[in-house]
Amino acid sequence: MKNPATFTTPSDREIVVTRRFNAPRKLVWDTMTQVELKKRWMTGPPGWVMTVGESDTRTGGTFRAVWTGPNGETLTMSGEYRDVTPPERCVRTEKFEMVGGPPMGEQLATLVLTDEGDKTLMTLTLEYATKEARDGAAASGMEHGMEASYARLDEILAAA
Amino acid sequence: MPVARLDATFAALADPTRRAIIARLAKGEATVTELAAPFRMSQPAVSKHLKVLEKAGLITRGRDAQRRPCRLVAAPMKEATDWLETFRRNWEQVFDRLDALLDELQQTPKPD
Repeated sequence: MKNPATFTTPSDREIVVTRRFNAPRKLVWDTMTQVELKKRWMTGPPGWVMTVGESDTRTGGTFRAVWTGPNGETLTMSGEYRDVTPPERCVRTEKFEMVGGPPMGEQLATLVLTDEGDKTLMTLTLEYATKEARDGAAASGMEHGMEASYARLDEILAAA
Repeated sequence: MPVARLDATFAALADPTRRAIIARLAKGEATVTELAAPFRMSQPAVSKHLKVLEKAGLITRGRDAQRRPCRLVAAPMKEATDWLETFRRNWEQVFDRLDALLDELQQTPKPD
């Protein structure tokens, strides 16, 4: 049985994604921090592939990932690691850029992996500079940003 | 899929009062007076929210001069939810790929 992800917006500037994985924390951490492993699951939309993966995963280090689409279009995500405590916590900035497109803004991503024996609970908090930035990310169609609107729609539809 | 309409939908929904109005209209049409009742808000203030929702195409307002009932328009909301469901599926697919990799790595343990 698949573990469902949850998406919430506890504040105006945040999105929180949680998901449980059926694997010990050290292994989940490795798949989320080792570039060769990330390339195998962070492939992007169908037809895309991660073509560049560079990461100095330590406090003060930086990272850069590039995905290339079926028509040669590229999406770049880069940032700086603010606080890394393996295998539990990783705080980093994330900035997205798409060649030919407008700047997509920056967010602060806090990843926390909670040890549950042979399982691991992931809590990913995405924090934007302003409510407008988060809502703007949502309106722009960014994957992360869209989930904020989804959560709001969830509230509306649940109330209806 | 008109992007401008999606943008207008999300912008209109980025306000708790307007979301509450949408939730109420999902249960049936209502007048401005009825919509204003639950809020500590004047009718003109509610009317401003209604104008935003109407401009976004999320509601229509009836021509009845006295009551001007408001109704929910389903199409833009469906477009928004379809769009969002696509992204939810994308998120879930990302996690599913990670699940598959974790399963594989656990079946073939290697010394670290």
